[in-house]
Amino acid sequence: MLLITCPFCGARNETEFVYGGPVGRDRPDAAKVSDDEWLDYLLIVPNPIGPVHERWWHARGCGDWFTIWRNTITHDIVDGPDNE
Amino acid sequence: MNNRLAQGGRIDRSQSLSFTFNGTRYLGYMGDTFASALLANGVSLTARSFKYHRPRGIVGAGVEEPATLVELLGDDASGNRPATTVPLSDGLVARSVNCWPSPRFDFGAVAQLIARFIPAGFYYKTFKWPTWHLFEPSIRRAAGLAAAPAAPPTAGHFESRSAHADMLIAGAGPAGLIAALVAGRAGARVFLADEANEPGGSLLSRNLTIDGKPALDWITAVAAELAAMPNVVHLQNSTVWAYREHNLLCVNERNPDHSTILERNWRVRAQQVIVATGAIERAMVFANNDRPGVMLASAVQTYINRYAVLPGRRAVFFTNNNSAYAAAADFAAAGGEVAAIVDSRREVPAAARAQADGLAVFPASVVSKVIGHHHVRAIKISPLGGGEAQSVPCDLLACSGGWSPTVHLFSQSRGTLSFDEGLAAFLPDEPAQNCVCAGAAAGKFSLSDTLQDAATKAVEATLAAGFNPAEPILPEAQDAPYSVEPLWRVESDAKGKAFLDIQNDVTVDDVHLALREGYSNVEHVKRYTTGGMGIDQGKTGNINIIGTVALQQGTSLPDIGTTTFRSPYTPVSFGAISGLRECSVVLPYRHTPVTKWNHARGAFMYEAGARWRRPGYFPKPGEGFQEAVNRECRAVRNGVGVYDGSPLGKFELKGRDVGKFLDLIYTNIMSTLSPGNGRYGLMLSDDGLILDDGVALRLDEHRWLISTSTGHADAMNQHMEKVLQFDHPDWNVMVTTVTSQWNNATICGPMARDVMEALETDIDLSAEAFPFMSFRDGTVAGLPARVVRVSFTGELSFEVNVAPRHLAELWGKVMTAGAPFGIEPVGSEGSHVLRVEKGFLSLGHEVDGTVDAFDLGMGWIMSKKKPDFIGKRSVEIRRAGGSVRRELVGLLPEDPNAQIPEGAPLTPGGVKKATKGLVTACVWSVVHDRWVALGLLENGHSRHGETAHVRLTDQVIPALVTKPVFHDPDGKRLRS
Amino acid sequence: MTSLESSKPRWTRLGHTFLDRAALMLKNITVMQKYTVFSLLRNGLSGHQNWSPAWRSPPLRDKYDVIIIGAGGHGLATAYYLAKEHKITNVAVLERGWLGGGNVARNTVTIRSNYLRDQSIPFYVKSVELYEGLTKELNFNMMHSKRTMIDVVHNYPKMRELRRRQLTMDIYGSTYEQIFTEEVRRRIPALTGGGPGSRLPVIGGMVHTDAGVNRHDAVAWGYARAADAHGVEMHQQTPVKSLIRGTDGRIEGVETVRGTVRAKKVVVAVSGHTTTLTETVGLKLPLRTMNLTAFVSEPVKPLVDVVVNCPDLGFYFSQSDKGEMVIGGAPDSGQSFRRDIKQHVFEDTVGAMLELFPSFKKLKLMRQWGGHLDITHDASPIMDETDVGGLFVTAGWWGGYKAIPAGGLTMAHHVATGHPHPLMKDFTVNRFKNLEFIMETGTTTAR
Repeated sequence: MLLITCPFCGARNETEFVYGGPVGRDRPDAAKVSDDEWLDYLLIVPNPIGPVHERWWHARGCGDWFTIWRNTITHDIVDGPDNE
Repeated sequence: MNNRLAQGGRIDRSQSLSFTFNGTRYLGYMGDTFASALLANGVSLTARSFKYHRPRGIVGAGVEEPATLVELLGDDASGNRPATTVPLSDGLVARSVNCWPSPRFDFGAVAQLIARFIPAGFYYKTFKWPTWHLFEPSIRRAAGLAAAPAAPPTAGHFESRSAHADMLIAGAGPAGLIAALVAGRAGARVFLADEANEPGGSLLSRNLTIDGKPALDWITAVAAELAAMPNVVHLQNSTVWAYREHNLLCVNERNPDHSTILERNWRVRAQQVIVATGAIERAMVFANNDRPGVMLASAVQTYINRYAVLPGRRAVFFTNNNSAYAAAADFAAAGGEVAAIVDSRREVPAAARAQADGLAVFPASVVSKVIGHHHVRAIKISPLGGGEAQSVPCDLLACSGGWSPTVHLFSQSRGTLSFDEGLAAFLPDEPAQNCVCAGAAAGKFSLSDTLQDAATKAVEATLAAGFNPAEPILPEAQDAPYSVEPLWRVESDAKGKAFLDIQNDVTVDDVHLALREGYSNVEHVKRYTTGGMGIDQGKTGNINIIGTVALQQGTSLPDIGTTTFRSPYTPVSFGAISGLRECSVVLPYRHTPVTKWNHARGAFMYEAGARWRRPGYFPKPGEGFQEAVNRECRAVRNGVGVYDGSPLGKFELKGRDVGKFLDLIYTNIMSTLSPGNGRYGLMLSDDGLILDDGVALRLDEHRWLISTSTGHADAMNQHMEKVLQFDHPDWNVMVTTVTSQWNNATICGPMARDVMEALETDIDLSAEAFPFMSFRDGTVAGLPARVVRVSFTGELSFEVNVAPRHLAELWGKVMTAGAPFGIEPVGSEGSHVLRVEKGFLSLGHEVDGTVDAFDLGMGWIMSKKKPDFIGKRSVEIRRAGGSVRRELVGLLPEDPNAQIPEGAPLTPGGVKKATKGLVTACVWSVVHDRWVALGLLENGHSRHGETAHVRLTDQVIPALVTKPVFHDPDGKRLRS
Repeated sequence: MTSLESSKPRWTRLGHTFLDRAALMLKNITVMQKYTVFSLLRNGLSGHQNWSPAWRSPPLRDKYDVIIIGAGGHGLATAYYLAKEHKITNVAVLERGWLGGGNVARNTVTIRSNYLRDQSIPFYVKSVELYEGLTKELNFNMMHSKRTMIDVVHNYPKMRELRRRQLTMDIYGSTYEQIFTEEVRRRIPALTGGGPGSRLPVIGGMVHTDAGVNRHDAVAWGYARAADAHGVEMHQQTPVKSLIRGTDGRIEGVETVRGTVRAKKVVVAVSGHTTTLTETVGLKLPLRTMNLTAFVSEPVKPLVDVVVNCPDLGFYFSQSDKGEMVIGGAPDSGQSFRRDIKQHVFEDTVGAMLELFPSFKKLKLMRQWGGHLDITHDASPIMDETDVGGLFVTAGWWGGYKAIPAGGLTMAHHVATGHPHPLMKDFTVNRFKNLEFIMETGTTTAR
């Protein structure tokens, strides 16, 4: 059970949150982008051994969606490359 | 009790307890364990081994016990229990596992005759013909040790709790206690847990002094000081059994406060963790090292000092390190005769000899064999390196193979270990979390080193937790230094099995066999031999296994490493893990204010989506399922019915950009909807699959109310918030869940308007003033309401939305007002029939993760005008792929009375080949007096009029393919 | 004769010689030392000194016809069938750790074929069939126990979904039958919870007689031993750092910690580490690695004879021949390579189990572990030659243990012939290019 720091509420147990998947690319303009680019956005996600950028929703709390960087081996929540 | 010492021990001699073992009654004292009481009574043959059924006795004194498992009977039943961990209580009844009829006369002992043919892994090589099934039942019966408890406990329950601490300390021996003092005095919140029934750790077993007085005096004083600190929680009979991520640990507290709580599981989140779990003594490995009467030296010492039991009269001590000397001295002081101290080291340090003044020491020697079958009679002493052995009669052999720091928790936390050559042990190395080992767990084996180490580490950890600890004044401890020379096994020609894992009957020969057969990694050795895989998880033998492998391969222990340490440290009841999560605590009901009325009406209730408790149908007395459902459907089609649509997901959206947002998440255009009206919409996920559907109402220019399916309400909330917060944080849209804020009674049928009028409302109900797909706010039956004209049944329908506190009243009034019109309550089953007749979409049926709106004949809802909406691109890509599409069709079985099971596949000509579609729903239509069905069929849109075939196990049902609508195709009735 | 042997009584030496001659007469078919009760007896008389290693440890060469990365169930099975069915034996299996040390080493071993889609069912039916004959095929006791699996159902939508599976499975010869609650209780006497007044009453069950369990280590070791006997080389402690792609874009070999090894065909069979490897040649696959945990109880006398699956509550278990209950649940949220336990997920699984089996309250947890598996968007596997010519991938196995024999057989076919085997032809990478999902999310341990 992770201890996740919600930007509004502080450190809370993982059970208060809903996992929202890894952060991939930003959603491209679906009307303009090529098929390959669209599929890449939709299906290819980072799957690192190490820090992964992911989304969490404080569902049983303030309702805020935010991201963290979490190491997939140690599960430590770490600073991201751009220190979000 | 012929082995009980007249004085001493921590037992309470004023409380005499009676217990039964294998049918014989014995007496013990409060404070005894089952094992100590047996030994006090001179019972030494207590078990038979798992595979060979060799006679076994008690080896250890605590959780490390490998040999004697007992099965408690009656309400205490709890599977296998090491006898050394069962606290004695009055009337306890237990028996040995794995032997029949008794440990002394065990029929299974015949296994010893074929022992040479059943080494490790033998079952991989045989029992193959004709099949494993021939042998399996006997093998299953022979295995399994104790019986599973037959019923849950009748008295007492389990509980689980959470706690937060600045520091969690595992172990209340000297290291843990001094750490708790340091942190507790500094004001930190300390959670101290220890597995024994009283604090003190190894000091309970040894005659040491602190500040010139018995060490136990110091323990008592410290415990008292800790008890007076409000910031310290100190639990005994509590095992820290798991170390998870983010410094979350689990502690299993047994029989807390001697209350009705059997076990309490704590989940403790700690800022800092100190693992002060001590060390466990290793066994020695030589021929017949498993005979009753062969014990760990520290266990002998424990039985003498803690339980006032002398486990033998004439003992030999066999050691490779200094600690056994104190045990020998205690044995002699208690009145036993020490026949010899056999030390495998060439030079016995003076510090060791000094502890055992006057006792005969044999350096550079080993015990090569035990003589005796049901009990030790004598042992053979051989010179190290081979030579003639001499026989020494004795009735107790106390072995010490050195000490292994109890690093399990540290390892579970993902800290790494490294092998220390000097201590011949794996020590904690790099921590992975805020965790440090202290005392013997960190390889400090003398009391003064332990106190120093624990105090220092506690100061560091307390500082790291943000407190200011005072520099502790360390008490003076007198203890002998520790030194060891590893002896992983005795190498000798002596005949007899040398056990590395006593519980699973794994011998040195087994390990050699595994290596010979190429199972060379220590993990292979473990799995092939099952060494270390028993209930004791190899606490006394695993390192010896690694050492044996190293010796045989000519490598070193650091090269081999240890096998993975996994939780639990010691077994934990499932009941404790689950705590009070039962029934509706685990899965709370969701129900509406009409639930009581449903029950009173005799509704058949069941679980629908998202844990809602729904009425399936309302049978009248004597009615079966079909009759009831038919009656409800007839009422709706010909008269009037009412159903509770409250569980539908509802969200109110406010803001300037709501229209834009809805245009993004729905496939059709919503922003053009005018206030007062509603529009049915479909929502996709970005991979083009159907996510949900529902009606959106525009309340005013910037306020909307959208509804979703019952089962997906939470998922829709998540979806909307995610899109808004990540993709469009600049859009002015606020989403509020109002699922529970609006309940409704939906009145449907040709006479719905009549019933609404009878209810009295200020809303103009005429078709001109109040058209289909619009809504009106007003008063209905005296209650503030919003009435929406949507229809899921295909009939004229008024969905009357009120506050939940008004629903029961509204419902009653509806039933009264509707009585003259023959109103019937309608359940989910009836609703299902009605929507199938209309060909309306149901997410659980037609939508199965493969179809899109075009397949369902709803291409009209996929806006061509919008350049983008969620899912649009993916649908285009999928359709461009050119695969054959399964499309929604109606199916009329050629035999109108032939019911088609839902999910039945459609195959060409009904042959058993790859399916071309399936039947998604089949209902009895009261409109047509026959079975009608919906299905998905390849190229279905262009196959109306053809015959499709349903393939069942023994039957083929032909059916006519039609449009997927069986009633009022133009929708005149619901628009009326 | 060693001094040890000369010290034995004469009669054992004679017995040894006689059986040796008998064994010599029987032996000749393969190089593999046959495991029989006779060889066990013979070796028993001679102190088990004459068993040969289950697999060799040959030196690593710098070139092979095929490299298989990963000595797990799928990798080893592929190696075996390459050799056995296609006579391709110049094969090296490269394993970063110890052979069979991945998911096949810590498995709940449920073997079944009750899937939903036409593309899936025949594949698993074949796998079950191969498992049933595997002991004989590999001359290694798999301890295959055809247990029957019973799905215990609590709500009608789930029952409908299972019946849909039943009717499709029937077409492919896999049996699944609906039974009433009384029958469920009769077959699972320990199931004392879920009564009519309880929170989630049992409404019925589905019986899958083809289901079974076996010994997972035997599967790995059996395949390895048999493949080795055909000449396939096992190389443990040989992590592959990266794949190597030639100038023509095709695979050329791999870079290991022990040097470069070349091959024109490389099979990636590494479960959760698939993307880590394929990314080294710029190949991106729609996979993410998740953690799945399991746990065992202490061993107790036989209590449960079937595999019990509770899809509504999210747990399943069977009782091993040693007596331990082997229990599994749903995967954790979030990508993970940690192979550990999440306490709240574990408590949910235990709570669900005790809901139906309240007598297990005083049964004790003995050990627990996690493994990482990689999953695709549709919970169906990827078994294909990728866009990198000669690079084959078998991945996305959410429930890959039951698929090992068929997975190995079909992947070997694809590697050997260049054409996909009919049973796996739909498990392509490119199905994702058209978003043609083979949705099996209901048939795995979805949470």
